[in-house]
Amino acid sequence: MKAPRFAYARPATIEAALALLAAHGDEARVLAGGQSLVPMLNLRVAAPRVLVDINRVAGLAGIELAGGCVRIGALTRHAELEHSELVARHLPLLAAAIAHVAHPAIRNRGTFGGSCALADPAAELPACALALGASFVLRGPRGERRVAASDFFRGLYETALEPGELLVAAEFPLPAAGAASAFGELARRHGDYAMVGLAACAQREGKTLRAPRLAFFGVADRPLLAARAARALEGKALGDAVLAEAVAALEAELEPRGDLHASAATKRRLAGVLLRRIVTELAQ
Amino acid sequence: MNDAQEALDIELEVNGERVRRRVEARRSLADFLRLDLGLTGTHLGCEHGACGACTVRVDGAIVRGCLMLAAQADGARVQTIEGLSDAGAISDLQNAFVLHNALQCGYCTPAMLIAAQALLEANPEPTREQIRAFLSGNYCRCTGYQSIVDAVASVAAYRKSSAGPR
Amino acid sequence: MSDELDFEGPASYVGRSVSRPNARRLAEGRGQYVDDVVLPRMLHLAFVRSPYAHARILRIDTSRAAAMPGVRRVATGADIAQICKPYVGVLTHLAGMRSPPQHPLAMEVARWQGEPVVAVAADTRAEAEDACEAVEVEWQELPAALDAERALEPGAAVIHPELGDNLCFRRVLDSGGVDEAFAQAAVVVEDTLHFGRHTGVTLEPRSIIADYNPADESLTAYHSGQSPHMMQAILASRLGLDEHRVRIVCRDVGGSFGIKIHVYGDEMAACALSIMLRRPVKFIADRYESFLSDIHARDHRVRARLAAGRDGRVLALEIDDLTGVGPYSMFPRSSAVECNQVLNLTGGPYRHQQYRATGAVVFQNKNPMSQYRAVGHPIATAVGEHMIDRAAEAIGLDPAEMRRRNLIADDAYPCQSSAGMRFEALSHHACLDKLLALMDYPRLRAEQSALRAQGVYRGIGLASFIEVTNPSPMFYGVGGARIAAQDGCTMRLDASGAIIAATGITEQGQGTETIVAQIAATALGVQMSCVKVLTGDTDKVPYGGGTWASRAAGIGGEAVLQAGLALKKNILQVGARILKTDAAALDIVDGRVVKRGTDHGITLTELARIVYYRGNELPSDFQPELVVTRHYRVKDYPFVFTNGAQGCLVEVDPETGLLRVLKMWCVDDCGRVINPKLVEEQIRGGIVQGLGGALTEHCRYDERGQLLSCTLADYLVPMAGEMPDIQVAHIQTPTRTSLLGAKGAGEAGTGGAPAAVLGAVNDALRPLGARVTSLPITPDVVLAALGKI
Repeated sequence: MKAPRFAYARPATIEAALALLAAHGDEARVLAGGQSLVPMLNLRVAAPRVLVDINRVAGLAGIELAGGCVRIGALTRHAELEHSELVARHLPLLAAAIAHVAHPAIRNRGTFGGSCALADPAAELPACALALGASFVLRGPRGERRVAASDFFRGLYETALEPGELLVAAEFPLPAAGAASAFGELARRHGDYAMVGLAACAQREGKTLRAPRLAFFGVADRPLLAARAARALEGKALGDAVLAEAVAALEAELEPRGDLHASAATKRRLAGVLLRRIVTELAQ
Repeated sequence: MNDAQEALDIELEVNGERVRRRVEARRSLADFLRLDLGLTGTHLGCEHGACGACTVRVDGAIVRGCLMLAAQADGARVQTIEGLSDAGAISDLQNAFVLHNALQCGYCTPAMLIAAQALLEANPEPTREQIRAFLSGNYCRCTGYQSIVDAVASVAAYRKSSAGPR
Repeated sequence: MSDELDFEGPASYVGRSVSRPNARRLAEGRGQYVDDVVLPRMLHLAFVRSPYAHARILRIDTSRAAAMPGVRRVATGADIAQICKPYVGVLTHLAGMRSPPQHPLAMEVARWQGEPVVAVAADTRAEAEDACEAVEVEWQELPAALDAERALEPGAAVIHPELGDNLCFRRVLDSGGVDEAFAQAAVVVEDTLHFGRHTGVTLEPRSIIADYNPADESLTAYHSGQSPHMMQAILASRLGLDEHRVRIVCRDVGGSFGIKIHVYGDEMAACALSIMLRRPVKFIADRYESFLSDIHARDHRVRARLAAGRDGRVLALEIDDLTGVGPYSMFPRSSAVECNQVLNLTGGPYRHQQYRATGAVVFQNKNPMSQYRAVGHPIATAVGEHMIDRAAEAIGLDPAEMRRRNLIADDAYPCQSSAGMRFEALSHHACLDKLLALMDYPRLRAEQSALRAQGVYRGIGLASFIEVTNPSPMFYGVGGARIAAQDGCTMRLDASGAIIAATGITEQGQGTETIVAQIAATALGVQMSCVKVLTGDTDKVPYGGGTWASRAAGIGGEAVLQAGLALKKNILQVGARILKTDAAALDIVDGRVVKRGTDHGITLTELARIVYYRGNELPSDFQPELVVTRHYRVKDYPFVFTNGAQGCLVEVDPETGLLRVLKMWCVDDCGRVINPKLVEEQIRGGIVQGLGGALTEHCRYDERGQLLSCTLADYLVPMAGEMPDIQVAHIQTPTRTSLLGAKGAGEAGTGGAPAAVLGAVNDALRPLGARVTSLPITPDVVLAALGKI
């Protein structure tokens, strides 16, 4: 399983990276952590003519507080996220999720931006971005723009990134007082892509949840905010009946596709179980 | 390097030695170590990052050698099982593995040792569950893992007891 | 038995958990696996493989590929067929078995997705893969046989028209009296069990370097394998070479488990290309092609019925086994042995004498299937134990009690099973008793009850098992396969006083070389550290069978013991001349030939120096013989069975269908234990491998015969996080078929684990009225059993 031939460039600046992407168009792919791209190359399911290695591009890494947001640079390694005090303090949902992402050696190289740009529907971080209402900062030939997470994930491995654009950072609004979050996923083995997962946050008032955001992953072609289930929970004191209603609403709005590890019916069922468990945790 | 090239010159440190080579862009770090430098202690089990047999240290952090391009290791400090072994950096782990029979065919072993060392650096007193969780990225088909957990746990205890009062 | 031989004495290494001398270099990254070997002018192979389950090859155009950088040769099936004769994987003692001849590369028709079709030899593997993409093949897709249940129906796609249908092998075993027993039985239980196809996933993939030297018409193959002499015979016969000019070298092998004892077309093609190109050719299967071409195993559907009395006595057992293999029976060990084992072994631990078993092996357009660790036992044990549990439930007996009432009594031997398997001496009851004590079974049951009341569903599974080890020629030799059932050891005392023991058995990490040294040192009376063991090189070791079917310790070990005892005798003859006394008055203690009861004597080193350098000091009519060879084969039984009992504690989440194996136990009786730690580790590794097949591993094909699980992301092998601690204990019933008394231990863990975990899961689900009969036990399977999906 050796990769096909390709040409390799290692720009030092964003401008140089964008110029390379513009020059080579869809013959080029961006190489960040490589933990998803390189397997594709080795399996020869991807054969770009040019690899643009952005690992040495200045200004793309780091986690900082900026303008009422936690800004996570696209090149931030999963391991940095794992050990970040800022993330632990302000974005506990992310901190909870990161432990489920693959294994330590993968986390040392894989990047936040890479995970979001790939947009695997069973990945943890895109769902967290969706739940937390993050904005993605994109840079392209026409400059910089921001896209809300809810608009960013468009389909199976499909995002709002236009040709020639780079994901440079994600901005997470600082959660308000009373914000709660909970994360869970169901997998056969530790570190696997989830069969079904849920990144959830809400405003908590006693046992009542307001504005719940339930970002499921592994149930569709992209991370999915379960809107009907959220409506069933909105403003109600949590109890068995409310949960049952939410699960019913969820099972109606989900149309998962089965895969090797779980049939569609199993995924639907697991989603309901996770909803119950995670929402219960949210309200505690 | 703003031009795209199919081959490039890299210079890096491997097991404390400076190395300069010209490599194809597509050459993985694992293949570079094995084929260009003859360091065959790093093994290939899957070439898609799942089995962990190719684990090496780059700039002090464990990585999958099969998922990194040699080109990306330009300027880096790489340590393989040979270097770590010759430097005595993991001798207590190696002794424990032999004593507990935490290896059979030996194919996963270099990577397992490197991962175990990284675990103990990050968490010097791991529980058995934590050892299992950390090593879950390293596939072993022979041992069933228990003897590996026993070996790592014994080294953690040994390092703690020989560390003396602070 | 020699009164010199005291396995319990302080000088004996037998029974001691010594560390493996060859483990240190592996821990230092200084192993030598085939891919580590680089030979001058060596080329690398990659293959174009069939993308279809069944397709006619209309046209192959290799011209573009041949012109690509680094490419030295592109070869089709026809090219390879000029060098390599086809082979047929049929064993004549499996009556009626059929399989057509098979070529290394597909000839006119490709018959499974992954079958190699075109070979590309290039300077590097990457260049070979580049060129593979440039090979043009025109295919005509053909209807594929993909459903074993329909394989023999009229209208089914027939893979080999010349055979008439897709039947490979069929067998009926009938003790007689079965229908009568069922008619009279108070309790009859029935079930159908499905076992999912899975595979070995050796971490080091299949690997070979073929190095043909045209100057002396010799072929050396560096092979990751278990049976070097078998490979030597096969390469010689298929490639038209003199057998003594073929050398097979097996050094470090990164896991095999039976995967690497078969003959693969891509490896044969590598040898043929080396002959064609007159230079070394290396082939290392990558992970993707491993999934597509390493043998699969254990794809079975078994219908079972059990008849019992109200007193819990099993009266009769009947099974019908259907297995869909590949399009060819695998060469040389065939694809029918697994089914044959299922028929032979189901219900084997139990006393009932009425048994009927029918088995059918049918061809499929899927990857070939053949022997993989514990061949057939996982299925036989799971079926037998499941039916025992079903009967226990129907009668209202605790599963342990049900076993107590039916296991063959420990003093009933020698005897035969209902399938005609001959048992020398087993210890089912002793193992079960010890297991239940280890598990603290009553406490587990009480805990289970208490937790159930809290909505936590734990299950306890028990599995009594038998295991085939130490096979006689009945396995292969009688069927025409050139696979040795005997084994040999050549042992010599060198001039330095070192003992060199060369043996036909091989090492893949289980500790073969260690136990050889232990036995040799014990036989001779020397320190283990002065014993050097040679394995895995047909130029260096006596003719033997290699390691498989758990034969190394029992058969190879016996040859080592006998060689050691014979060498000791010879040494004492020399010593008698040197010390001017009778040999009967001498012994070897800690490397010195001494007069018994005294300290007076001579070191082996000094004795050796006299023999090799100062022969003038010996009587002129005396010929010292410091090199001895002994061979051993099992004569008294077709196989020497072992037995044991496994226990499993599982917790099932009925909401998600996910489960956790909390703990496992195994009491194993493998006869005399040479190295307890090594046996325990074989059991542990074997159990985890068995759990993989029972819980998460599955080679799944879609409706077009495309393998869906081709990477380690799709095919889920057990990792450390989900596996339990496993407690192992020993019972020793030495076999009297040898001096050593050792039986095999390498496969028992795998044979029993699926039964134990299946039983545990069903025990957990019983209060919910659900039952699982399909492995692997995935959330889909559990939730379906619970009626939740």
